[in-house]
Amino acid sequence: MAATGTVERLVGSYNAWAANGASRAPSWLKELRTGGIARFAELGFPNMKQEAWRFTNVAPIAEGSFDVAKPPSRIPTLDEIRPYLLLEAGPRLVFVDGFFQAALSTPFFDDVQSLAHVVQHRPDLVRAHLGKYASVGERPFSALNTAFVHDGAFVHVAAKATAELPIQLLFVATGEQRVVIHPRNLVVVEREARASIVETYAALRDGAYWTNAVTEIAVGDGARLDHYRVQREGVRAYHVATTQSHQGRDSTLNLHFVAFGGALARHDIGAVMAGPGGTLILNGLYLLAGQQHADHHTTIDHAADHCASHEYFNGVLDDKSRGVFTGRIIVRPGAQKTDSKQTNNNLLLSTDAHADSQPQLEIYADDVKCTHGSTVGPLDPRALFYLKSRGIGADEARRLLTYGFAAEILGRMDVAPLRAQLDQIVRGRLAE
Amino acid sequence: MAGRVLLQVTGLRAAVAGNEILKGVDLSLRDGEVHAIMGPNGSGKSTLAQVLAGHPAYEVRAGTVTYDGKDLLDMDPEERARAGVFLAFQYPVEIRGITNSYFLRAALNAIRKNRGEAELDPIDFLQVLEQKLKAIGWDDSMMNRPVNEGFSGGEKKRNEILQLAVLEPKLAILDETDSGLDIDALKTVAETVNKLRSPNRAFLIVTHYQRLLDYITPDVVHVLADGRIVKTGGPELALELEAKGYDWLRDGAMVS
Repeated sequence: MAATGTVERLVGSYNAWAANGASRAPSWLKELRTGGIARFAELGFPNMKQEAWRFTNVAPIAEGSFDVAKPPSRIPTLDEIRPYLLLEAGPRLVFVDGFFQAALSTPFFDDVQSLAHVVQHRPDLVRAHLGKYASVGERPFSALNTAFVHDGAFVHVAAKATAELPIQLLFVATGEQRVVIHPRNLVVVEREARASIVETYAALRDGAYWTNAVTEIAVGDGARLDHYRVQREGVRAYHVATTQSHQGRDSTLNLHFVAFGGALARHDIGAVMAGPGGTLILNGLYLLAGQQHADHHTTIDHAADHCASHEYFNGVLDDKSRGVFTGRIIVRPGAQKTDSKQTNNNLLLSTDAHADSQPQLEIYADDVKCTHGSTVGPLDPRALFYLKSRGIGADEARRLLTYGFAAEILGRMDVAPLRAQLDQIVRGRLAE
Repeated sequence: MAGRVLLQVTGLRAAVAGNEILKGVDLSLRDGEVHAIMGPNGSGKSTLAQVLAGHPAYEVRAGTVTYDGKDLLDMDPEERARAGVFLAFQYPVEIRGITNSYFLRAALNAIRKNRGEAELDPIDFLQVLEQKLKAIGWDDSMMNRPVNEGFSGGEKKRNEILQLAVLEPKLAILDETDSGLDIDALKTVAETVNKLRSPNRAFLIVTHYQRLLDYITPDVVHVLADGRIVKTGGPELALELEAKGYDWLRDGAMVS
């Protein structure tokens, strides 16, 4: 099988990589990598017979041959990346094809820094968290990312500290053909600290490159993190990612997701509520056109009592695009007084567009409140008539209703410049 | 009566899903008049309101409707609205993600553009809005919420009346605006409608109950039964209906 050949090829490229540039790593990191590649070799690429991959065919990735990205031959200027930045001020880490760019970045001591740097300078802190949340057990792409752990963003917010400005993490692809980039990010928000992070993936040029990212997020007791993830990859790109969070007692985590780009995108989002009294919001939008395919596979794990999770995902699907949403919610034994609400609404703007929506509730406690609902359909004719009856023309009415579908999600985002930027992208897409 | 005929409905027949609901409605309404349309459930009151607003689910089978000298049935719903026809919905629709104020400004600007007036920016619009909000006893907190989403029944109806106040139509059709309102909300709605009465604004008030007409005195009352107007009279007719119900009229209509 071609896919098996590619697995061997990737293992081969790992061996070459590990023997050369990556050989100076500390032993604990080498072990992490070795474990990652071994697991990937065992699992191989997923196929559509597997429940978690029923609707997404990764053959274009498995059968494509991707080389590990090399440092970019030319570093983009600040002007070139400015469209993807929100603010000039504040801490910022910029990566090009996965390589940290000090000249474009404004780190904050060793708290907002490249992972490669802190592996050397704060090994104990990194070691305590890296690979502890994003399991490689059933996730071949996370395993592969773990094998190639080298660099990415590191954010640490000390106990009781508040990061005043949003921390920007920008991953720019040059669009180099047939390369794979494995960004690995670690966010640690300590007890009672507070921060906002904006993690953006964008491309300078279209190209059939592959991003395989993993972001691990640890939120300490009583801490609050607002994490925004914007996926604006090129329309020919492949984007596979895992975002895995772990929350302490009485903490608040608001995870926002926007997916605009990629020919094929798969995002596994896992959230573990490990301490009682936690609050979690997953708020996501996917806006697809052409033949784009985006799959959001979410798992909320209520492992402690008195936690509340609210999940809202809206999809706007045009042309022949396809959106997949899986909302798995696990309520562990003893996670009493869990309050979990999930909605997934899909708007089909074309008869060729398609959406799959599947809630999966696994409830092992008896005193809980779990609701879920999903819709798939075209614009509501009642709403269209209502708008027209107020003098709004048919085209404008359609645009307004579609915009509203997206705005419902964007409206929950608190970082004003980000919201304005996303609003502009959405309006631009709807005007096409 | 004084005033020019604003709306002339003649022999209007309309069906929904193949069932004929309106079976020959004749109605004439002059500038500034307030007409009430009463009738039992299923008589076609709401259908008449929807057909006048241009709801696509209703098929007009016969008859004519002339509004302000134009063939109303030939106009799209948005053209009707821009020409000054307004329908306060019996069941206002929720619009996700669009704030009430954004929606209302979009509607007002569509209508202003059609009249050849400049569109209002958000700041100018807020000034217009503030006066209208006062009239219905709202602060602007309702304006930053998505249109009708999570509104109570009464809030939805008040929101319709707010739209009426902002859009300033020539013909306002109120489709059972009183249903589902408690007495306080009903009074507020009625007071607002009374303030909005003018020689340039006619009202067609569709209602099942006489209750609303205690607060809004109509010039003319029509009784619609089985798709036809079977009786027309003054405000006293509404009181008579309240006392006697609709059955005596239905029997009479069958005889004639």
